[in-house]
Amino acid sequence: MISTNVRTTRTLKPQARPSLYWTFADAFVLAKRHLLQIPRIPDELIFATIQPIMFVLLFRYVFGGAIAVSGTTYVNFLMAGIFVQTVVFGSTSTGIGLATDLQRGLIDRFRSLPMAKSAVLTGRTISDLIRNTFVVMVMWTVGLLVGFQPQGNVLAWLLAAGLLLLTSFAFSWISATIGLSVNSVEAAQSAGFIWLFPLTFASSAFVPTQSMPPWLRAFAEHQPVTQIVNATRGLLLNHPDASTILIAIAWCVGILVVFIPLSVRAYGRRTSR
Amino acid sequence: MTNKPAILAEGLHKYYGKTHALDGLDLIAEEGTVLGLLGPNGAGKTTAVRILTTLIRPDSGRAEVHGLDVVKDADALRAHIGLAGQYAAVDENLTGFENLEMVGRLYHLPGKVARRRANELLEQFDLVDASRRLVKTYSGGMRRRLDLAASLIISPPILFLDEPTTGLDIRGRLAMWEVISTLVADGTTVLLTTQYLEEADQLAHQIAVVDHGLVIAKGTSDELKAQVGGERLELTVAHKGDMDATVRAVRPYSAGEIQVNTDNRHIVVPVTQGSQLLAAVVRDLDAAQIRVDDLALRRPTLDDVFLALTGRAAEEEEAAMLSNLPAARALERSTR
Repeated sequence: MISTNVRTTRTLKPQARPSLYWTFADAFVLAKRHLLQIPRIPDELIFATIQPIMFVLLFRYVFGGAIAVSGTTYVNFLMAGIFVQTVVFGSTSTGIGLATDLQRGLIDRFRSLPMAKSAVLTGRTISDLIRNTFVVMVMWTVGLLVGFQPQGNVLAWLLAAGLLLLTSFAFSWISATIGLSVNSVEAAQSAGFIWLFPLTFASSAFVPTQSMPPWLRAFAEHQPVTQIVNATRGLLLNHPDASTILIAIAWCVGILVVFIPLSVRAYGRRTSR
Repeated sequence: MTNKPAILAEGLHKYYGKTHALDGLDLIAEEGTVLGLLGPNGAGKTTAVRILTTLIRPDSGRAEVHGLDVVKDADALRAHIGLAGQYAAVDENLTGFENLEMVGRLYHLPGKVARRRANELLEQFDLVDASRRLVKTYSGGMRRRLDLAASLIISPPILFLDEPTTGLDIRGRLAMWEVISTLVADGTTVLLTTQYLEEADQLAHQIAVVDHGLVIAKGTSDELKAQVGGERLELTVAHKGDMDATVRAVRPYSAGEIQVNTDNRHIVVPVTQGSQLLAAVVRDLDAAQIRVDDLALRRPTLDDVFLALTGRAAEEEEAAMLSNLPAARALERSTR
């Protein structure tokens, strides 16, 4: 028989804390990881910011003149749509990030560690939320520069910001589910984006839905992006509507209720190959 | 943990559709030893590692690592194992130090301990100079060292290394072998998968040859070689005219049929206890005034083992797998 060696090294023991503590602590460790990365891949953030700026300029100066809105200027109408589009498009980075981790084998490593299972997902969605907040702040500034004049009071604006963050968070979980279900980063990229185009453009984000043909209008007026845009617009332009706001929040909560378990299940099943 | 083996797998099955990735795999590794899983691509080695490290569940069968069931006690088990995969699972956009600190935190070490271990390991793996650089600037070998370092953060008693040297150059491979040897010398149990026969030969106490999701042979490197057959004496005679005389001289020592190749003056004699015969053979040849250019005792290599066990060389299988063409696969099957 082989002579076995007596082990002198002591295995380091994990700290004993309640599992709820680790749910947050581990998510924080991973959120920190993603936030550290942001300045190191500056092009990613730059493009995530340039894209909505392009949309602002495009709609404000190219299409804006041809779009009739009632009761306010087009730029005031537009900005709520831009904010929502920014957070919804921005949420695709969650799925792309997870697909990248999967491809590089990092998910395998995480799953072999005694960490909270949810942390890989919450860490990612939370850091994307912070990143999106930054982009929305940039967009707010850009909006002011091109003539956006928010109406009403700061409290309403903060409520609008809160709704945008909730939207960002909710759509991040859809994105996470997609990113963990497809087989490559490229697929995560296109599958993450493609369905957002009809959702954001066939909505009240850029044009009043009254201008659409009846069948499209029926879709546009009942889908979540329109509800969220209308609620945000009301809060920014001093005509808040409680029921619209509640419907918008209900959509976000509904998305979370469905997609958190779906993405957790997808995460539990996936290994890199 | 005293009497239980460090790693035990019984009848593991794993199916992916119709593919039987594992088809009743049995493994055992005693504490403080290296178990080498040797087999071609697609043999089921990685699937076995994934089950043993709790990444996937077996469809049937059971496995225990460190006395803990890989399915029922998966959460507890993760605090006792380290895993380094086929590719370096490190974050390119973090520095080497940040990577190790992060893994330490996710093992739930206190921040201070995680940072101390990160620094210790960076030193041990010769990465101190690069520790504050982003990993994307690292070479392949450096990434693999960092990956291995990450798997050692808690100094786990049991370490899983899935093809730790695949894709490394000779120097990187030798350095990796040295690191693994050091760990084993300290009593760490290692399960190592490899396609390289030499690697299993060098590092593993016990080798399990895996093919089509099954262990088709196991034992020490020497045992496996003995299973294939004995040693042989190979001679190259200096003058063609001495061939017959040489065959006459060695015949008493032969344990089987002597192969003679007149063209290159080569004679192969199957023998047993060859090292004891060697001196006698030399004496007899000398007495018969036969000059030889080369005389050597050859033992079978693990290559021979693989060939004998599967009917094909490991490299052939690998090539067929890599080409991944239906025709190649059909051909491969038909030759089985």
